[in-house]
Amino acid sequence: MKHESIEINSALLIILTLLVISIGGLVEIVPLFHIKGTVEKVDGIHPYTPLEQLGRDVYVREGCYLCHSQMIRPFRDEQLRYGHYSLAAESQYDHPFQWGSKRTGPDLARVGGKYSNEWMTQHLIHPQSLVPESIMPSYPWLMQPLKYDDIEARMRALRAVGVPYSTNQAEYDANVQKFGKALADQFVISNGVASVKAEAASQNWDGNPKEITQMDALVAYLQVLGTMVDFSKYNQGYFSTFR
Amino acid sequence: MSQSPENKKGQVETTGHVWDGDLREYNNPLPRWWLWGFYGTIIFAVVYWILYPAWPYADTFTKGVATVSFQAPVLDKEGKPVKAADGTVEMQTKTEHWNSRALFYQEMQTSPSALAQQEWLAKVKDMSFEQIAANPDTLNFANAMGHALFGDHCAACHGTGGQGVLSMNPEASYPNLTDNAWIHGGDYTKIVQDMTNGIKGNMPAFGALFKGEKLTDLAQYVLSLSHQPGVNEEAANRGKASFATCAGCHGANGEGNQMIGAPNLTDKIWDFVDVSGAPTIDGKLKLVEGVIDHGLQHQMPKFSDRLTPEQIRLLAVYVRQLGGT
Repeated sequence: MKHESIEINSALLIILTLLVISIGGLVEIVPLFHIKGTVEKVDGIHPYTPLEQLGRDVYVREGCYLCHSQMIRPFRDEQLRYGHYSLAAESQYDHPFQWGSKRTGPDLARVGGKYSNEWMTQHLIHPQSLVPESIMPSYPWLMQPLKYDDIEARMRALRAVGVPYSTNQAEYDANVQKFGKALADQFVISNGVASVKAEAASQNWDGNPKEITQMDALVAYLQVLGTMVDFSKYNQGYFSTFR
Repeated sequence: MSQSPENKKGQVETTGHVWDGDLREYNNPLPRWWLWGFYGTIIFAVVYWILYPAWPYADTFTKGVATVSFQAPVLDKEGKPVKAADGTVEMQTKTEHWNSRALFYQEMQTSPSALAQQEWLAKVKDMSFEQIAANPDTLNFANAMGHALFGDHCAACHGTGGQGVLSMNPEASYPNLTDNAWIHGGDYTKIVQDMTNGIKGNMPAFGALFKGEKLTDLAQYVLSLSHQPGVNEEAANRGKASFATCAGCHGANGEGNQMIGAPNLTDKIWDFVDVSGAPTIDGKLKLVEGVIDHGLQHQMPKFSDRLTPEQIRLLAVYVRQLGGT
C-alpha cells in the first residue's frame, strides 16, 4: 500500500490510527490478565451486598469520587494517615472501581468503621455541623426513600461483568464455599429486594428505622469500605511478593 | 526522498510531493540535538528494562536486576512468623526485585523520619504515662504525635482542638475533651481502654415511664441539680421522687458515674445537648425532656485496628492533657 493512499483517504487514516493507538493500550493492559498475582491472594474480599451495592450507586451518582479517592498508595505518610495501602484484590468486584484521581477530601478506602453511623448520617446531611472548617457540600436529600425495586437488574448487570451474584444452586453453593452462608444468601439475585430490606433493618444506619433511605444504603457502603481484609493475618512483606 | 527537478546546489531538499502544480514541502533533516535526544530515550529504555520490572511473558514478567532490601519476619514451614522466647518476632533481611511495595517497607523501616520516630518510641516504651508527661522532651514528642493522630482519627467528632460538638440535637453532639468533666473517666489507663475498645453509650428512653407533668417535673429537678436560674422549686421537689429511676446510673444526687459513663448532672457542663445554649428555662426544659423521653445512644468506634498500642498510649497522654487536671 502506498503511503499516499493513506494520506488521501481519511477513513483509512482513522482506522489505521485507531489500530496503532489500541496496540499501545493492549500491550500494557492484556498481559495483566495473564500475570499471576495481579490480583493478590487474600482472604475476606467479597462482592457488595445488595444494600451496599445500592449505596455504591448513590456514591457514584453524587460524584463522591470527584473529591474522594479510594486508593491508599504505598507511602509512609499515607499508611500513617489512612492505614494499609490498597490492594488490587480489594477492588476486584468494583465495576467501575472508585480509585478516583483527586483528593479534595480525604481518601475513603478505609473509612469503614472509622466513624459511627450517626456521625456519617449527620455529616452527610450537614458536614459543617460537625467539622466547621470542612468545605464538603451538604447532601440532605439522601434522607429520601431509596429506590431498590431494580436491585435485581443491577445485580444481573454486575454478574455479566464477573461479579459472582448467583442465579442457580451450583453458583449459590460455590458462594457458600467461598464467602460463607450468610453472605451467599445475600448474593442470590432473585433474593435481592428481600435482602435489601433485611440488611436495612439489621441495624440503625441513619437514625430513621421507619423507611429505607438512600442514606441507609450509602452509610452501609461507607462502613464496609476497606474492612474486608484482616491485615493482621498477613506478614510484613507478604503483599510485595505479588509485585 | 527524491530530489525535485529544480533542485540546485545549496538549495534544501524537498519531499518530492507536489500539490496544486507548484506547492512543495521541504525535507529538512531533524536537528542533531533532537536526534541524539531520541537515541538517548532508546538507551534509557533498554537500561530501564534491565534494571526494573518490564516485559510480560507467560504468566509472569521480567523482574529486572535492581533490588530492594527490607526486614521481614522469619517464617516457618507453614508461613507463620517465628517467635523468639520473649515473644518478639525474629526478623531477617529480605531482598526482592525492585517494586514499590518493597520500597514502602524499606521506607517504613529506614527513612530518616521513620528512624527518628522509632528512636523516640523506644525512649518512651518503658516509661509510665506520668513519666512521659513529666519530662518536657517526651511530652513534646507525645504532643507532636498525639496532635497529628488526633487530627486524623479523633477531630472529625471531637473537633480539631478537642472542643467537641455541642448542639441542640443529641444525635449530632460529641463530647468536649478540653474540660475536666470526664464522662468515662480521665485516667490514662481508662482513656487507653476506651480508645482501644471503643465506647457504646446507652441511656434508655424513659418516655413510657414519664409523661406530661411528671416528665416536666423530673426535668425541673434535673435542672435544679445544677442550679439553673428560673427553675420552679416546687415542681423540682415533685420531680425528685421520679429521679430515683435515674439515680441507678447518675447517682443518688446526680453526681454521675464514670464506671458506666453516666454524666455528672450537678455541674453546669452539658455533654450531649446544649442546655446552656437555650436562652429560656422553657427551652432548657424542652431539651432535658427530649433526652429523658428518647434516651441517648452514642457510639465511639474502637481504634485497635487502626492505631498501634504505642500510638494509643501517646494519644492518651495528649488527650489527657487537653482536659487539664
